[in-house]
Amino acid sequence: MGANHDDHHHAPDGHDRALRLGVGGPVGSGKTALVAALCRTLGRSLSLGVVTNDIYTTEDADFLRRAGVLDQERILAVETGCCPHTAIRDDIAANLDAVETLEHRFGPLDLVIVESGGDNLTATFSRGLADRQIFVLDVSGGDKVPRKGGPGVTTADLLVINKTDLASMVGADLGVMARDAAAVRGERPVLFTSIRQDPTAATVATWVANEVWSWPQPHHPAPAA
Amino acid sequence: MHPALLLLTDSRLPAGGHAHSGGTEQAIASGAVHDVPTLAAFLKGRLHTAGAVTAALTAAACAHAASTTTAPITGTPGTPLWGRLDAEVDARTASPAQRHASRTQGRLLLRVARRVWPSPVLDGLAAESPNPHHPIALGTAAHAAGATPEEAAMAAAYHAISGPATAAVRLLGLDPVAVHGLLATLAPDLTAVTAGACRAAVHQDPGWAALPACSAPALDLLAERHATAEVRLFVS
Ligand SMILES: Nc1nc2c(ncn2[C@@H]2O[C@H](COP(=O)(O)OP(=O)(O)OP(=O)(O)O)[C@@H](O)[C@H]2O)c(=O)[nH]1
Ligand SMILES: [Mg+2]
Repeated sequence: MGANHDDHHHAPDGHDRALRLGVGGPVGSGKTALVAALCRTLGRSLSLGVVTNDIYTTEDADFLRRAGVLDQERILAVETGCCPHTAIRDDIAANLDAVETLEHRFGPLDLVIVESGGDNLTATFSRGLADRQIFVLDVSGGDKVPRKGGPGVTTADLLVINKTDLASMVGADLGVMARDAAAVRGERPVLFTSIRQDPTAATVATWVANEVWSWPQPHHPAPAA
Repeated sequence: MHPALLLLTDSRLPAGGHAHSGGTEQAIASGAVHDVPTLAAFLKGRLHTAGAVTAALTAAACAHAASTTTAPITGTPGTPLWGRLDAEVDARTASPAQRHASRTQGRLLLRVARRVWPSPVLDGLAAESPNPHHPIALGTAAHAAGATPEEAAMAAAYHAISGPATAAVRLLGLDPVAVHGLLATLAPDLTAVTAGACRAAVHQDPGWAALPACSAPALDLLAERHATAEVRLFVS
């Protein structure tokens, strides 16, 4: 990551603030599992907030609160009126409001994670809402998905391909997925995970921690040894 | 018509409106709204009750914003009385859930308006009332954008039916062309509600007490039921 993102480093209002990380991807790919893992792994060294965009009910927020990975009050749920996509890209007002509410109540924060509602391959976060975004696929969607591309797969700062533990069961070829992803993403990173087998999502957490450390705001945590 | 009105009434205005159904989701859940004719009755009722009230309040807010910039008679600016007008909105919004939804939408609209139409009157409103009711935010934004109280009232009246109509299209899979046709047939009603709102809103405080206060108990009940519903797609 680096130079090509410098233009996003400051909020439109010019204030230094927490890094805002979008986590998007199709329904059921493991977004909430990843957010829980990041809270588990980074929650002790970073000051975190989480916003969920549930399709209906507050399922994801409730799951995260039950998982006990973060103070319950640091998790806010946003309703998206049948259009999860609109709420993260075209009309980000409710999400910004939730992010700022968390910053106001618990700030200064180091990292605010916004999980989008499960959507399709065209869903991406507005740069007005997320400074960095992770797109989460899973192998059970088929190994052809990276080849299909779409803005999420192509432009996300990090592509996570989750549920590698299921690859043999669904006949997905991880090598094909890695090759196709590299073909559409160029230098942008791809990580394969099984959050089932590694509930800390260690590799993704390291990537996120590096992004937070290189984020120019005054309340940096010290880099871990 | 001031072109800014087009921006303020566009469903793509990024102010969070897309996630509010104004009671439509619960009206559908209850079975009351299930096709285009039942939606027509719902929208007409909504427009002539909640819509008439919010249109008048919006016009009053727009006129008040204008009066704090320059008073029409003396030529000197008046003092903003946002707290007083806010109390008038509260008094006309029986359901706590509706008050909450109105303030949420007002806060989000104010945020957008301050970036799109930067102006001291919007900054003043934000300082005095960071969570303004939606009609107050809309009326003030309309003034900051250069629109008149009448245009602000028209925007509010349209807002009272356009979001709910879209929600019904999404939730019931109604033919979107049929629903837009329905909105077109409500044009005379929009004109009438706007005219009524302006007649009421020419007064400044303390004349605000005379602003319309027609209630829609069914909408109040739908809003309350929605707030406690286990499954819901829309904020309100
Ligand atoms: N086998 C396996 N299952 C996983 C893995 N990660 C998540 N899951 C399961 O996949 C299911 C969906 O995970 P979630 O984290 O809820 O997925 P999501 O992307 O947040 O889903 P939505 O928010 O509904 O779109 C859950 O039952 C998880 O336990 C994994 O690495 N392997
Ligand atoms: Mg989820």
